[in-house]
Amino acid sequence: MSKMKGAVVVNTDRCKGCGLCVVACPTHTLALTTNEVNHRGYTYCREVADTCIGCSSCAIVCPDACITVYRTKAEDR
Amino acid sequence: MSDKNHPEKQASGLTRADIIRPENLVYQKPELMNDVNMHYCPGCSHGVVHKLIAEVIEEMGMADKTIGISPVGCAVFAYRYLDIDWQEAAHGRAPALATACKRLWPDRLVFTYQGDGDLACIGTAETLHALNRGENITIIFINNAIYGMTGGQMAPTTLLGMKTSTCPYGRDPKLHGFPLKITELAAQLEGTAYVTRQSVHNVAAIRKAKKAIRHAFENSMQGKGSNLVEIVSTCSSGWKMSPIKANQWMEEHMLEFYHLGDLKDKD
Repeated sequence: MSKMKGAVVVNTDRCKGCGLCVVACPTHTLALTTNEVNHRGYTYCREVADTCIGCSSCAIVCPDACITVYRTKAEDR
Repeated sequence: MSDKNHPEKQASGLTRADIIRPENLVYQKPELMNDVNMHYCPGCSHGVVHKLIAEVIEEMGMADKTIGISPVGCAVFAYRYLDIDWQEAAHGRAPALATACKRLWPDRLVFTYQGDGDLACIGTAETLHALNRGENITIIFINNAIYGMTGGQMAPTTLLGMKTSTCPYGRDPKLHGFPLKITELAAQLEGTAYVTRQSVHNVAAIRKAKKAIRHAFENSMQGKGSNLVEIVSTCSSGWKMSPIKANQWMEEHMLEFYHLGDLKDKD
């Protein structure tokens, strides 16, 4: 069975680090930075694992529309 | 975005560059949403609702024919964030202005975007009368149970026992009266076509809220009457909680009093 693989691109300048995407992600792909901030002083979210399935949950709950989601079918292995 | 923390080669054999291609795009910021950063606090429900409105207008193809009425409250700058026509109303008077816009331009999609302080307190008269007249408008009502912009004061919608900056010991019905369910009131009115209460605290709720907004907008274009979409929201700054905690608090306390679902759907 082929699996879906996804990737997210975060507009880190727009992100305010609310963390709602981190909670919404079913595969624990996202996390907030702990020692880096963006130019407005907010921590921001980023991908920390390659487990993304492209479900878009993070992007749907993001109040600032920072997340773009891509998804494709992975080959059988 | 930096790929420092992201392995170049994924387990499936696909590289990140293989996935990030225009043909694989499944979700992006709505085109009607401007690039300007929103002034809302981190995690504010306003952003999600703005996004839903932008998506619905885009899907309906009404981008050039929509007039939004922005209120006084946190959403006062809504005209900076969505690339449609906007009017700014005096405090609470958005439904009156929407009435005028819709009567002058019946082919336009006219909606107001109001908070609970604006709609349920200062503009109660305008709101109920516009709904009762059956004006073909949609009212989006963001209910976070306090006056968010001015510092978290008690609003008519504040829950019993809820602490705010003007009732620090909790809302007491003997002193402050009872919370106002304006959506239930609106459902009793003859002029309303569609009255619903939604929330945006998780993915399922957001999808339902989007459908409700779409239904309300379509009703108003078909001349079925006035539509009220209440969105139970959070105000993490006003409630003095983290955005995640605020969503949990809303689910536990707000939704117990403000039940979600359609209250009226006139066909």
